[in-house]
Amino acid sequence: MDLTFSDQEIDFRDELRGWLDANRPGEEPRGDQDAAFEFRKQWQRSLFEGGWAAVHWPQEYGGRDASLMQSAIFFEEMGKADAPLPANALGLILAGPTIMAWGTEEQKDRFLLPILSAEEIWCQGFSEPEAGSDLAAVKTKAVRDGDDWVVTGQKVWTSAAQYSKWCMLVVRTDPDAAKHKGLSYFLMDMEQDAVQVRPLVQITGEAEFNELFIEEARVPKENVLGGEGDGWNVALTTLMNERSGLGFFLQTRLRLLLDRLVEDAKANGRIEDPVVAEALGEMHVRTETLRFLAYRGLSIIEQHGQPGPEGSLTKWLWSETNQMLTQLAVSVCGPAALTEGEAWAHDLLRSRGNTIEGGTTEILKNIVAERVLGLPRK
Amino acid sequence: MRFDFTEDQHEIKRTAKDLLASRSTLEKVREAAEAGEYDAALWKELGELGWPGVAIDEAHGGGGLGYVELAGLLEESGYALLNGPFLATALCAAAISEAGSDGQKDEWLGRLASGEATGAFGLVGQVVPDGASADVVVVADRESGEARLLTGQGSLEELDSIDPTRRYGIVEGGLPDGEPLPGDVAAAIDLGCVLTSAELVGVCGRALDMTVKYVKDRKQFGRPVGSFQAVQHRCAQMLLSTEGARASTYFAAWAADADRDRLPEAASLAKSAASKAGIEVTASAIQAHGGIGFTWEADVHWFYKRAQLDAAFLGSSAEHNRRLTALVSP
Repeated sequence: MDLTFSDQEIDFRDELRGWLDANRPGEEPRGDQDAAFEFRKQWQRSLFEGGWAAVHWPQEYGGRDASLMQSAIFFEEMGKADAPLPANALGLILAGPTIMAWGTEEQKDRFLLPILSAEEIWCQGFSEPEAGSDLAAVKTKAVRDGDDWVVTGQKVWTSAAQYSKWCMLVVRTDPDAAKHKGLSYFLMDMEQDAVQVRPLVQITGEAEFNELFIEEARVPKENVLGGEGDGWNVALTTLMNERSGLGFFLQTRLRLLLDRLVEDAKANGRIEDPVVAEALGEMHVRTETLRFLAYRGLSIIEQHGQPGPEGSLTKWLWSETNQMLTQLAVSVCGPAALTEGEAWAHDLLRSRGNTIEGGTTEILKNIVAERVLGLPRK
Repeated sequence: MRFDFTEDQHEIKRTAKDLLASRSTLEKVREAAEAGEYDAALWKELGELGWPGVAIDEAHGGGGLGYVELAGLLEESGYALLNGPFLATALCAAAISEAGSDGQKDEWLGRLASGEATGAFGLVGQVVPDGASADVVVVADRESGEARLLTGQGSLEELDSIDPTRRYGIVEGGLPDGEPLPGDVAAAIDLGCVLTSAELVGVCGRALDMTVKYVKDRKQFGRPVGSFQAVQHRCAQMLLSTEGARASTYFAAWAADADRDRLPEAASLAKSAASKAGIEVTASAIQAHGGIGFTWEADVHWFYKRAQLDAAFLGSSAEHNRRLTALVSP
């Protein structure tokens, strides 16, 4: 048991801290979504110029070949510095690594650098109205027309679609093949009239997500990632990256939120109430347990090359804790926390999405039961 | 970073697991519980193997390893519900190592390390595992930071608790008469929390393993009950609670050896997580076993009972939660 960072990891952290000190992102504009996106784009450019845009990418593609632990440190430091996520987070975390794993040399040359520099923003076209947790049920179809595929269908929950140049698109290319086998993975150009983006207003009143209406959009055959019919496996690569280092960013944010709540409870005196003190302590336990689980998960992958059960547990624990914490904030801070425009009010509402996005808690429990505990499926 | 045992530490743990799987079966635990006595031969053997003294320094006759190794052994003894005063003796040795005078260390640590003497440790006004039968008992008061060392069996009243797999004593009234311990009592209590958490992690691990096995085997409506989602989700929750308690406890055991500044917070994080997990996981184990789980005959109730006593010992989850808030907001 050794829970210290290695010298190499400490050097990495200190170099990053030094860079962050000299390149503070400043305050993210609130209320104006376009301005906020532009701010995050500038932030990614600044990261790119400093060589920090994608530390987990290999050096040949502009990354730093960061180990899993360094990647965790990167996200933890970003969270602590209260830095925004880079504008092209989906490109950096999902599209880039998927293209590296499955792409041809031409595809890597074409797509990777503009992802890193935020020149081309990416979105993820996986979910559909009838294919949420059951991703393999996608109905959006593509038919071959000469050297192109012609795509028709609908996607939903597509964040940043209005700013995106490219979309990671899972489509059905063979309607006769078995459910998982008839899928292909396209890199679709969003800048065509056949693709319409409609913002999806969520319960916070914001529109982080969109619906995509696709009516005979064209995707040239060289923009198929992996082979025709490989879509399910390529999509799994994307989904496996979905829960990577980002968890450390979210954990750190959760801790900052807890610290804010403790300050609020001190300021209004509610911390003297033993019931409140107990509830705050419980959040402290959950937040730190999350951190320990995340580090233990990483450490086990580093030692054995195989993930332990921790990876499936952290997203579940984080999302539930974020909901409990923001609900506690309402009880500690009183009606002020439910006032339109208040940070706690926003965080409370936004947290309801946490147990749905990126895998619902119910699906995560199924995965834990079947794949970790080995319980029978039927 | 290595957030796991080293190969050597794993080896110690595996050997312990194998030994207890053959020497401290649930059948034996039941016999001992119903007879109201421990397996003396097993205790002698564990003493010869150096278990009680694994974290005691070599100068005092111990193994000179650390709290991480001791926590690993306690996890296995919790998993087996070992019938012997191992946790209590280890807690007492930790308290004397931490807070005892040189004379107290010289007098007791060697005998505790070899298992020749048994010990116990607890708080004023609370239940003390193996408190009535121990040769030496340390009783501490968290409020005043004082502790007393009591010698001779029967120095505490015996308590018939709901957990007959272990003998308990109780400290009624204030701090009893006895030799004062001059050192850091708070650290001794924190170490006690870490070690008890390790036992709880083992209790959770066993309750989960028994449950998973049971729901795979037991069929209703023509299929294993473990294929029903309601049962699956209960088991998944048991795993989350167990693994959370485990990660927090390992962190705390490491802090006990290597980062004492973080011990107070780490001890409360571990004890809060492990106490809550212990109660929830063992209660879930009874539920998932259905009617059979509610019978004396099935062995799951021993784990539920042990978890109840361990969870209350040295501070419940709620008490440690309040302490954590006090630590960040003095």
